[in-house]
Amino acid sequence: MSVDKATVARIASLARIKVSDEELEAMVPELNQILGWVEQLGEVDVTGIEPMTAVIPNTLRLRDDVVDADPLTGGGRRDAVLANAPAAEHGFFGVPKVIE
Amino acid sequence: MSDNANDVTELGVAAIRDGVAKGDFSAREVAEAFNANVAAAGELNAFIVATPDMALEAAGRVDADRAAGKALGKMAGVPIGMKDLFATNGVQTTAASHILEGFSPQYESTVSQKLWDAGAGMLGKLNLDQFAMGSSNETSYFGNVISPWRRNDGGNAPLAPGGSSGGSSSAVAARLCPAATGTDTGGSIRQPAAFTGITGIKPTYGRCSRWGIVAFASSLDQAGPMARDVRDCAIMLEAMAGFDPKDATSLDMPVPEWEAGLTADMKGKKVGIPREYRMDGMDADVAKSWEDGIAWLRDAGAEIVDISLPHTKYALPAYYIIAPAEASSNLARYDGVRYGLRDLPEGAGLQDMYAATRAAGFGAEVKRRILIGTYVLSAGFYDAYYTQAQKVRTLISHDFKNAFTECDVILAPTTPSASFALGEKSGDPLEMYLNDVFSVPASLAGLPAMSVPAGLNREGLPLGLQIIGNAFDEQGVLNAGLALEQRAGFTAKPEKWW
Amino acid sequence: MSEYRIQGATGEWEVVIGLEVHAQVTSKAKLFSGAATAFGAEPNSQVSLIDAAMPGMLPVPNRECIRQAVRTGMAIDAEINKWSRFDRKNYFYADLPQGYQISQLYHPLVGEGRLEIQLDDKDPENTKTIGIERIHVEQDAGKLMHDQHPTMSYVDLNRSGVALMEIVSRPDMRSPAEAGAYVRKLRTILRYVGSCDGNMEEGSMRADVNVSVRRPGEPFGTRTETKNVNSVRFVMATIEHEANRQVDLIESGGKVVQETRLFDPDTGTTRSMRSKEDAHDYRYFPDPDLLPLVLEDAFLDECRASLPELPDAKRHRYENGLGLSAYNAGILTAEVETARWFEELLVQTAKAQGKDDADVAKQAANWLTSELFGALNKVGKGLDDSPVSPAAGAELLALIGDGTISGSIAKQVLEKMLETGDGAAAIVEREGLKQESDTGAIEAAIDAVMAANADKVEEYRGGKDKLFGFFVGQTMKAMQGKANPQVVNELLKTKLG
Ligand SMILES: [Mg+2]
Ligand SMILES: [Zn+2]
Repeated sequence: MSVDKATVARIASLARIKVSDEELEAMVPELNQILGWVEQLGEVDVTGIEPMTAVIPNTLRLRDDVVDADPLTGGGRRDAVLANAPAAEHGFFGVPKVIE
Repeated sequence: MSDNANDVTELGVAAIRDGVAKGDFSAREVAEAFNANVAAAGELNAFIVATPDMALEAAGRVDADRAAGKALGKMAGVPIGMKDLFATNGVQTTAASHILEGFSPQYESTVSQKLWDAGAGMLGKLNLDQFAMGSSNETSYFGNVISPWRRNDGGNAPLAPGGSSGGSSSAVAARLCPAATGTDTGGSIRQPAAFTGITGIKPTYGRCSRWGIVAFASSLDQAGPMARDVRDCAIMLEAMAGFDPKDATSLDMPVPEWEAGLTADMKGKKVGIPREYRMDGMDADVAKSWEDGIAWLRDAGAEIVDISLPHTKYALPAYYIIAPAEASSNLARYDGVRYGLRDLPEGAGLQDMYAATRAAGFGAEVKRRILIGTYVLSAGFYDAYYTQAQKVRTLISHDFKNAFTECDVILAPTTPSASFALGEKSGDPLEMYLNDVFSVPASLAGLPAMSVPAGLNREGLPLGLQIIGNAFDEQGVLNAGLALEQRAGFTAKPEKWW
Repeated sequence: MSEYRIQGATGEWEVVIGLEVHAQVTSKAKLFSGAATAFGAEPNSQVSLIDAAMPGMLPVPNRECIRQAVRTGMAIDAEINKWSRFDRKNYFYADLPQGYQISQLYHPLVGEGRLEIQLDDKDPENTKTIGIERIHVEQDAGKLMHDQHPTMSYVDLNRSGVALMEIVSRPDMRSPAEAGAYVRKLRTILRYVGSCDGNMEEGSMRADVNVSVRRPGEPFGTRTETKNVNSVRFVMATIEHEANRQVDLIESGGKVVQETRLFDPDTGTTRSMRSKEDAHDYRYFPDPDLLPLVLEDAFLDECRASLPELPDAKRHRYENGLGLSAYNAGILTAEVETARWFEELLVQTAKAQGKDDADVAKQAANWLTSELFGALNKVGKGLDDSPVSPAAGAELLALIGDGTISGSIAKQVLEKMLETGDGAAAIVEREGLKQESDTGAIEAAIDAVMAANADKVEEYRGGKDKLFGFFVGQTMKAMQGKANPQVVNELLKTKLG
């Protein structure tokens, strides 16, 4: 499968990366080169093989239902959460107005 | 930096720790000496931010504890460099990306916290490939890191320190720090270690907490130490590793005493030589160093056995599907809303702001991987690419499992070549990706793997040998590394030109 | 219930409805972080570094959220998947800090189940089974505020990361009424189980309403999905409007497009939600930060053991074990609080009267459904804030049971109890409402009544049996209502011959 300019434009839009026309032109052959190369995986017979789920055999550990037990994983720290915000307003994150 | 034998910056982790404990010198003296080296090495561009005061503060605490007769930590008095992928409380953390420029975390990564708790101090935040994506440290927003090494051809071509932990490798090789943290997703500890004549180990996936490390590819990312020798790596890994309830993939098992368990005696051990790693047109110096490694391990008492890892060829393409796919999702959070860069063109709506911010904030390689990752996960392609790659990953993991029924550790080259000149491969992404051909399989299987210096090639540049171990067997890896190290007798160091 | 059909210009249309109900899991902390879930907190005050998607933050799932979803699955008789996984659903929006929602697409926690809905309030046995395809666990998003600034929207992440169960029905419903009954029944079960408070005003439960129309018997038509409808009434209105809109559209030569729509409660109509239009390629893949979720047998055993008796089972027990009417059993089990109140009343009543539950169940049920509900209604209260406790009710019922007061006096006593909060016995004592069982006094009253109505005594004795009630009434009146009706009856029968 190879990608064309329109496909790359759609992917870039899906990934929310603005690209100029020249950038698109340059990306098409680059991405095709990489995609063409990874497609050799298609040769591998994977009949009966499960996709990898846990690289080291291990299952999911669950956490107790406790609020704010650890400041690193709990809430109640609005200042820390907003400290780096480009537009923090009245305790909120500000973004350009969204019309739903 | 003076070349006199009393220069503490010539010392590694163990020697500094022991010297401070004995009172041969103070932690403060050590910190000051390394601070001076960092300050004088601007040309290497290894650091994004230097934090000399933090190094001095940590040293002061160690000296005070020692004076008070308190027990000292595993890394007491050792100043280190911190790869700028680890969140450090109140200290700019960027992942070498414009999109995080100025970001000041309000938290400390688990691994860095453990190191500070063990008595280490921070010299600064080390440069890297942007979001850890690269093999030459040419993708950083903050400029290329230069290797302290130069070819012996009299030319002054600036060389790649490897990537993505290129700031770490360059700084340790240039004696700007005795050790540094690295992270390894597809070889980012081992490859730069090999390029710069230092030692680095990526432990078993889950040994070191990923909490607070800027994510690249979650199922592959592992932190590890980069230092001057095997013992130093063992010490530092002990301080970095350990169960973290904040990371659901963290291994809930005790941290072994790797330093205490070190032995170079390989008697009774089998070392596997994977035939598929002997690729067509292999660099002659690399092939020779591999032969040397085999001889050294045999000399250390090991039995050498031929093994097969049949799916080796497919590891790299599988990696270049899985890692970008995970990255495309992991990097979605950089959107200009809560932190980092915001590019808001006049009259732009929310989605335009995202697209503009991400276009301005991410470098070319990061964008390339996000696009690849987005594409392989997109509707209609998911099974053909991602599911297929994860199945191949299962096969690669099976290959290793089978191999470890026949051997204890695997010996291979770390990289297909020595370091190359900056700019030499950056025009061709695919050629750059091929650098990771020997390191990626162990990453895909989550196995511990280490690079130790094996000697110099004909250009006078370091080559590394790689030891891959079974899951949880860091000790076996470190021991084989020690056996190689003792026989390689690698003492070369870059001539100071910066 | 007759079949629901839309009468179009070209004939009849059938409506096909499926619901995806998002129910907030009852837990103290969020699904993947330790931040609180309480409703109505200051903006961004219940947000952890994880919920704000700071670099390097990782999710660790909350056991209680998993447990509640498993218990819910068991309550709808569903398959529980001992091996499940979390997936990422990738899209960009300001209320979604990670740029993905952690959800479950490929391997949900709960598989196929079912729910029985009642089609007729009066006849609880008139039921229909609605298939439930799955329940998966996922994170809620944050909240956007649009009206606080002229050019900006504000983001509050307090809800970001709160655990939701998405309960996905089969397209088995065929009318707004069925959909309404489904949502109500689901809410009842969630509240019985305790896995969701079912509070739709606070957004604890909301439905994505999938509607399509077809000619009866034909294959499914193209559906639309109306998002986040937050009351039973609105769910029904959405279906009503959407079905008619689709019929009109098709009949006028148009085509229904598969799209996301929004319900406007002010107009009762739906409209296309263009802001979500380009978001269809979600690039789901397993979340690499989370390993497969494997449930141990001991965990599942505890989940099962902790399940309460569910509404249908309870209703059957009330009917068959306690002998209640189907109607009363239906009313008493419709809300878990009502059933809980009733059962406490039953225990206290049986204890107060030294009888078995079954012997006092009808008395208790009748009193609760016909007396207490009515009296509370009059004072604008419900069971949850009733001034009369089950124990106080039992005390009142005991006074009726042992003949201390009559049923009609009991009504007065209950009113006083609601007014004052005093106990029944104290009120009866204070107000002198005690029932007269002394045969002497009653005989005297009867004698006086018979003497005053000699003509009627003659008529009665002549065969006009109906007059018996008259004598009872007159006697009770003479006794100011306080005579024991049983004693009055017996004595009258003897005296009238
Ligand atoms: Mg939905
Ligand atoms: Zn959902």
